[in-house]
Amino acid sequence: MEFDSAFEARMKKRYRAERRFKGYCITGLATALVFLLVFFTDIIVKALPALQQAEVRITYVYNEESADFPSAGIQEDYYELVSRGWLRIVPKRMRDNPELMGTTEQTWALATDGVDQYLKGQYNKLSEEEQALADRMVAAGNLRLAFNTGFFTTGDSKLPEMAGLWASLVGSIYVMILTFLFAFPLGVMTAVYLEEFAPENKLTQLIEVNINNLAAVPSIIFGLLGLAVFINFFGVPRSTVLAGGLTMGIMTLPLIIISARAALRAVPDSIRQGALAMGASRWQMVKDHVLPLAMPGVLTGTIIGMAVAIGETAPLLIIGMVAYIPNAPETFTDAATVLPAQIYTWAGEPERSYVSRTALGIMVLLTAMITMNATAVYLRNRFTRRW
Amino acid sequence: MDTGQTILSIAAGLSLLAMIAFWVARKQALATESGGVRMHSRPGQYGWYAALMAILPGLAVGAIATFMHLFNLAAPAQGDIVIAGLLTAAAGAWYGMRSISPALRARNIIDRAIRWFLLAAALVSIATTIGIVLSVLFESIRFFQQISIWEFLTGTNWSPTADFSVGEATGESRSKFGALPLFTGTLVIATIAMLVALPIGLLSAIYMAEYAPPKIRAVAKPVLEVLAGIPTVVYGFFAALTVSPLVIEVGQAMGLNPSFTNALAPGLVMGIMIVPFISSLTDDVLNSVPDKLRQGSYALGMTRAETVKNVVIPSAAPGIVAAFLLGVSRALGETMIVTMAAGQSPNMSWNPLEGMTTITVQIAATLTGDLAFDTPATQSAFALGLMLFIITLTFNYISSVMIRRMRARYV
Repeated sequence: MEFDSAFEARMKKRYRAERRFKGYCITGLATALVFLLVFFTDIIVKALPALQQAEVRITYVYNEESADFPSAGIQEDYYELVSRGWLRIVPKRMRDNPELMGTTEQTWALATDGVDQYLKGQYNKLSEEEQALADRMVAAGNLRLAFNTGFFTTGDSKLPEMAGLWASLVGSIYVMILTFLFAFPLGVMTAVYLEEFAPENKLTQLIEVNINNLAAVPSIIFGLLGLAVFINFFGVPRSTVLAGGLTMGIMTLPLIIISARAALRAVPDSIRQGALAMGASRWQMVKDHVLPLAMPGVLTGTIIGMAVAIGETAPLLIIGMVAYIPNAPETFTDAATVLPAQIYTWAGEPERSYVSRTALGIMVLLTAMITMNATAVYLRNRFTRRW
Repeated sequence: MDTGQTILSIAAGLSLLAMIAFWVARKQALATESGGVRMHSRPGQYGWYAALMAILPGLAVGAIATFMHLFNLAAPAQGDIVIAGLLTAAAGAWYGMRSISPALRARNIIDRAIRWFLLAAALVSIATTIGIVLSVLFESIRFFQQISIWEFLTGTNWSPTADFSVGEATGESRSKFGALPLFTGTLVIATIAMLVALPIGLLSAIYMAEYAPPKIRAVAKPVLEVLAGIPTVVYGFFAALTVSPLVIEVGQAMGLNPSFTNALAPGLVMGIMIVPFISSLTDDVLNSVPDKLRQGSYALGMTRAETVKNVVIPSAAPGIVAAFLLGVSRALGETMIVTMAAGQSPNMSWNPLEGMTTITVQIAATLTGDLAFDTPATQSAFALGLMLFIITLTFNYISSVMIRRMRARYV
C-alpha cells in the first residue's frame, strides 16, 4: 500500500505533537516532584546545624560573689564565650542546691550564640581575638559541639542559644487533646445523625451543604470566629490552650464529619437490616453494629484531620497564641504557644542562628505529622474491612 | 465560685444523680420482671430512661442560667444555679423512677432522645456558620458606620493604625481605610499562584489519568498529596528564606531590582502548594469521563494527545473549572505564606517584583499583638474578613455547582 507523502508528513507531525504533549505532562509532574525534593533538602540542610550546640569547658567557682554576680564564678577570659542565659540560672541552681556553695566544678557550659555560629562556620560577630581564643580552646578540647539537648527540653528564649521547642511541643499536645475532645464526639455524632437518622428534608440538606462549605472556608476566618465568639462573647482568656483548642476543634469538625460519613457509608446495608430484623432499635443498631464496624475509618479520618490542625497557624495568630510564651502550659487555661506558632515566631527573628532552629522545629513538626498520617494509613490498611 | 467550679459541680452532681436514678430504676425493673411481669423494654433501658429524666432538666437549668448570664439578663449567684440545677435534676430523677411500669416504652423514648441529641450535635456546624457570619457582620457593620463602604472598596490609602492618638485628640482619625491596594495585592499574588498551579496541576493530572502506568501512578499520587499536607507556615519559611533571596538574586542578575518582600516568591510557593488540590480534583474528574468516549476517539484514528485535547478535556471542562476555582479560593484565603514572605506595606502595583500586601496579611497584622477592641482598626480586620468570606464562599459555591453539573453529565 502506498500513502502519499503529504499524508506521511502529517502523520509524523501528529506523532511529534503526541510525544511533545506527553513530554509536557511529564514535565509538569516532574516539576512538582523536583520542588518537593529541593524543598526537603533545603529544610534538612538548614536544620542540621541546630542539632549541635557549642559548649565550653569551664571551671566554675561557687561562692558568695558568684551567687550575686554569676559571671564572677568563671575566668575572665571566658566572659565572652559563656552564654549569659547559662549564667543567669546559676543563682537559682545555688539556691536549690545549697551544698554547692564553696565548691568548684568543672563543667560544660553553654557557649554564646556567636561562638556557636563561629564553630559552625556561619556568619558571626566574634572579634579576631575571640576567634583566636575559640580556635585555641577547640584545639585544647575545651570547646566542642555537642548534641543540642536544650533545644528539646527548654522553652522559647530571646537568646538564640537558649531557645528550645519544649514549651510549644507541650502546647501543641494540650491543644490537640482539646481539639480531639471537642471535635471527635461532635463530628461522629453529626455523621451518625446525617447517615443513620436524618430524614430527607430541607434541614438535612442545609446541614450537608453547610458542612461542605465550612470545610472550604479559609482558616483565618476561623480565627476571627474564635476571637469574636469564644474570646469576646464567652470570655475565654486570650492566648490560652482553651481558646486554641476550641478554635481548632471548630475548624477540624467539618473534616472529621466528612470522613466519618464516608466510613459509615462504607458499612453495607445488610448489617443494618440484620440488626433491625433481630429487633434492635435504631440506636442499638448504630451503637452495637454500624459504629464499631466504621470505627477504623472514622479514626483514620480523625487522625488526618488532627494532622491538619497541628500544622495550622493562621487562626492562632488571631487568638493570640503566636506570642513570646517561654513556659509550657500546665492547665487548659494557661497561655500557650504551639509548634507552628513557634516556627513562625522564630522565622521572624532577625538573628541568623534562629534560621537553623526554625528549620529543626519544622523537621519536628513534619515528623509529628508524618507519624500521624502513617498511623492513619496503617489503621486503614490493618482494620478496614472490605465488603 | 468561678465559672469552672460551677460547671464542675453541676456536672459532678448530675452524674451522681443520674447514676443513682439508673441504678434504682434498673433494680425496680429487674424486680418487676422477676415477679413474672413482662415489661416493654430491657431493665437497663429503664435505668437509662430514669438517668435521662435526671440529666435533661438539670442541663436545661444550666443552659438557661448560661443564657441569662451571656446576654446580661440577670446574674444569679453561681451557687444558686448549682442548687437549682441539682434540685430540678433530683425532681426529674424522682419522676423518672416513679413512672417505671411495664407499659412504659423506655426503649422508644431513649431512641427519640438520642435522635434529638444527635440532631443538636449536627446543628453545631450550622451554629458555626451563623457564628462566623454574625461575628464578621456585627463588627463590619460598626466599621461601616464610621467609614463608608465606597471609601473602603475604592480608597487607595490603607493605614489603619496610623497615629491614633492624634486622631482622638482632634476628634478626627488620621487612619485611612482604602482597601483597594490590598485587593490588588491579593489579586496579583493569587494570579501568580494560579499561573504556577494550573499548568503543573493540570499536566500532572493528565499524565496520571491518561499516560502513567499504574506503578508510577501509585507512587506519584501520594507524593503529590504530601505537598498538600505540608503546613503553610513551613511554606512561608521556605518562601521567605529560600525563594525570596533567589528571586532577588536572579532579578538583580537580569538588571532588575526586586524588593526584599517581592510578591513573586510567595506567589510561586503558594502555586506549588495549590498544585495537589488542582491535580487530585482534576484527576478524579478525568477518571470520571467514560472510557467509551476515548475509545470512540481512538477508533477514529486520533492520537492520545488529540483525544485528551479534543475529547477528554472538553468533556471534563466543568470539573476542571471547579478545580481551578477551588484553587483560587485557597490562594485568596492563604495567610501564612503571604504574612511571612509578602510584607506588610500596601502597594498598588502590578509589578510582582515589588512588595505588596494582601487581605489576609492585614487581618492577621491588625489583630496580632496587644489590641484594643472596638477601634476602627480592629473592626477593619473583620470587614476584610467579611470580604474574604463572601469571595471564597462565592468561588466555592460556583465550584460545587460545576462539580454537580459534571456528575449529572456522566452518572
